[in-house]
Amino acid sequence: MRGAVPTGWLRIAAPIVVGVLGAFAWALYVEFGDAPRALPGPADVASEFVLRWGIIWDEMLITATNAAIGLAVGTVLAVILAGLSATWRPIDGMLAPLVAALAVIPIVAITPILNTMFGASSQFGRQAVATIAAFIPVFVNVLRGLRQTRPVHRDLLRASAATGGQTFRKLTLPTAVPYLMTGVRVAASLAVISALVAEYFGGPADGVGTSIATFAKSGRASLAWAYVGGGILIGLAFFLVTALIERIVTRHAPD
Amino acid sequence: MTTDTTLAGTASTGAALAVSASGVGKVFPAKAGDVTALTGVDLEVRAGEFVSLIGPSGCGKSTLLRLIADLDEATAGTLTIFGKPARRARIDQDYGIAFQQAGLLPWRTVADNIALPLELHKVPKPDRARRVAELAELVGLSDFVDRYPDQLSGGMQQRVAIARALAASPKLLLMDEPFGALDEMTREYLQGELTRIAAETGAAVVFVTHSIPEAVFLSDRVVVMSPRPGRITEVIETGLGPVRDEALRETPAYFAKVTEVREALHGAPTQRANER
Repeated sequence: MRGAVPTGWLRIAAPIVVGVLGAFAWALYVEFGDAPRALPGPADVASEFVLRWGIIWDEMLITATNAAIGLAVGTVLAVILAGLSATWRPIDGMLAPLVAALAVIPIVAITPILNTMFGASSQFGRQAVATIAAFIPVFVNVLRGLRQTRPVHRDLLRASAATGGQTFRKLTLPTAVPYLMTGVRVAASLAVISALVAEYFGGPADGVGTSIATFAKSGRASLAWAYVGGGILIGLAFFLVTALIERIVTRHAPD
Repeated sequence: MTTDTTLAGTASTGAALAVSASGVGKVFPAKAGDVTALTGVDLEVRAGEFVSLIGPSGCGKSTLLRLIADLDEATAGTLTIFGKPARRARIDQDYGIAFQQAGLLPWRTVADNIALPLELHKVPKPDRARRVAELAELVGLSDFVDRYPDQLSGGMQQRVAIARALAASPKLLLMDEPFGALDEMTREYLQGELTRIAAETGAAVVFVTHSIPEAVFLSDRVVVMSPRPGRITEVIETGLGPVRDEALRETPAYFAKVTEVREALHGAPTQRANER
């Protein structure tokens, strides 16, 4: 279906045109339609965004830091536990149901408990939520990846008299890397969403989520939307960074 | 250097045989009853000798190779490699192995793939680099050492696999249909290369194939096997001498041996007897 993908300038121009048309329709609707009061025009949102960039950036840093810590800790934990699960069946037996249980709880549901547990002045609850959210896709993918070694490669390592540790380092782990990257890419957006949404359920009075809630309630819709823009930027940044890492790491990955 | 002394040691104890199998059998346990993959195999491969195993699928030729490589364990008989049990020989890296799939690690360059066995045995980096350069030269891939496997053709990948099998300078090379997935032209070219490499390294080769011309062209002896249960039915000396070049493929002696192996495979003489 390569032919169906537009090439060159069209690939860049097409989404921009759609975006501009959308913004134009939005502006017209706000100006002449019966738009609700909470929906400001795009120009208002943009001017708030530029005007308040300083404070938006500060709040973005807080939410992004929480998400990044959650992503990093969740990934490391997931890789370690997946490694143990792949090596020792009993551990797999113990962990599999727990992870399945974790995966079906809406993580934000436990946020109020965590926030209360760790106090209103600590970011820890939010980071913990992001950690759990990031952990699951990484764990599931890495565990799968650790079981993808090809028979011919296993034979080769055995024929070369490789030790168990060598086989793990030189074969099992590298084979799992593309799966790890897929997991991290999924986990990145989940970590951002969780870190942001967790702010709606208490904890310190900062972060993009808290600001959106505060300004939406106090009737400053344009500023609330400007913060939404900040949230989108965080998500984009996480996506781009993880996609870039994935691309570099999996350049010569097995098909 | 330790490898050299071990080899010299075994040679002096009189084990000039690369492979010695007597009464070797392999039974795979299965739910529907045990499957006998191989039975009563007696085979000796002399040092430096090129021996092909040929037969229809299910004749146990790959199984026999895997037993020699200690990738599977024989359930009957005794099997020694340079006078040692197969397991010991594997751990001592007395053999190198190549499979039908090149089995290169896609995240490693050609050089790093060739160096893998050396790396696993903690050969110092400068020695490794020197050996990789030698081997790349030997298989004609000096210009490609920095490439990745997905940038190479199938024939080139297979040459990398052969270089890797030779990395630890083994005196025995085990090959399981290494050219099976290649086109005819590449295949004939690599056959010529392989005879040259085998001659240059002086290694014994046990070569599994299902191609009659390939077996005859390459081998000093062709071991013909038959299925249900897998066993050796005939061993044919080719007597084609040390020079294996393209001209050989046109000679009557070569055709005669191809016919002989074909008849051994299909049991033709018996059929003729029936016709009479």
